[in-house]
Amino acid sequence: MSDIKKFMYLNRRAPYGTIYAWESLEVVLIGAAFDQEVSLIFMDDGVFQLVKGSDTSQSDMKNFMPTYRTLGDYGVRHLYVDKASLEARGLTQEDLIEVAWEDFETEEEVDNIVEPVDADQVAQLMAESEVVFSF
Amino acid sequence: MKLAVQVNEGPYQHQATDSAYHFTKAALEKGHEVFRVFFYHDGVLNGTRLTTPPQDDRNIVKRWVELAEKYDLDLVLCVAAAQRRGLVDEGEAQRNGKDATNIAPKFRISGLGQLVEAAIQADRLVVFGD
Repeated sequence: MSDIKKFMYLNRRAPYGTIYAWESLEVVLIGAAFDQEVSLIFMDDGVFQLVKGSDTSQSDMKNFMPTYRTLGDYGVRHLYVDKASLEARGLTQEDLIEVAWEDFETEEEVDNIVEPVDADQVAQLMAESEVVFSF
Repeated sequence: MKLAVQVNEGPYQHQATDSAYHFTKAALEKGHEVFRVFFYHDGVLNGTRLTTPPQDDRNIVKRWVELAEKYDLDLVLCVAAAQRRGLVDEGEAQRNGKDATNIAPKFRISGLGQLVEAAIQADRLVVFGD
């Protein structure tokens, strides 16, 4: 399969409370084997998926937050966060984890691929995507 | 057009699965190709043959089976989601030491790669969920 498509994973729900966030992440991890051009958008309560310092030890839930930090290694190029969703929840980029990315062939490095975007950019990013997985 | 359909919700609780069925049926009747219907999250519950709704209600599982029989539709349950929710075919029963199976005919259990492949192969991926 040589076709490369622009894949967008749209994450709109809180990390815990429902299984959508975790099962979305599972698609991203499995999908990495297909070498597509992948980016993720976090909006609405989905922005909580990237908030650092979460602790699930009291809830008997697996803490999958560390997995987000490894997404750069899975070929994910961009993690976009909707600015308005952050602001509505009293969050800033300071509250979010950083995810590094490195191209092992060109040795190009990016310290943090988490990028706040406004609504117009979100619309444009979706329009540019060939596949949008919505979770 | 070549379509792929993803169903993210269980039957009866959410209309998403009804909408997915009606969309898929309409697309096939219009002559479009449906490459695959992929059931994820609670959507895997669409694939249990033990479903027994009241007689005056629609039988969602049976509807999928009949559609698949008519159009040779590929109905795939995500294996990870299915294992979590107790959807079992012969292979899964053997691998995981279960004493029964409950998968409906025409459904099969496979990996998430089948969803990604469908998204790549199809002209459009249509997602049904809340």
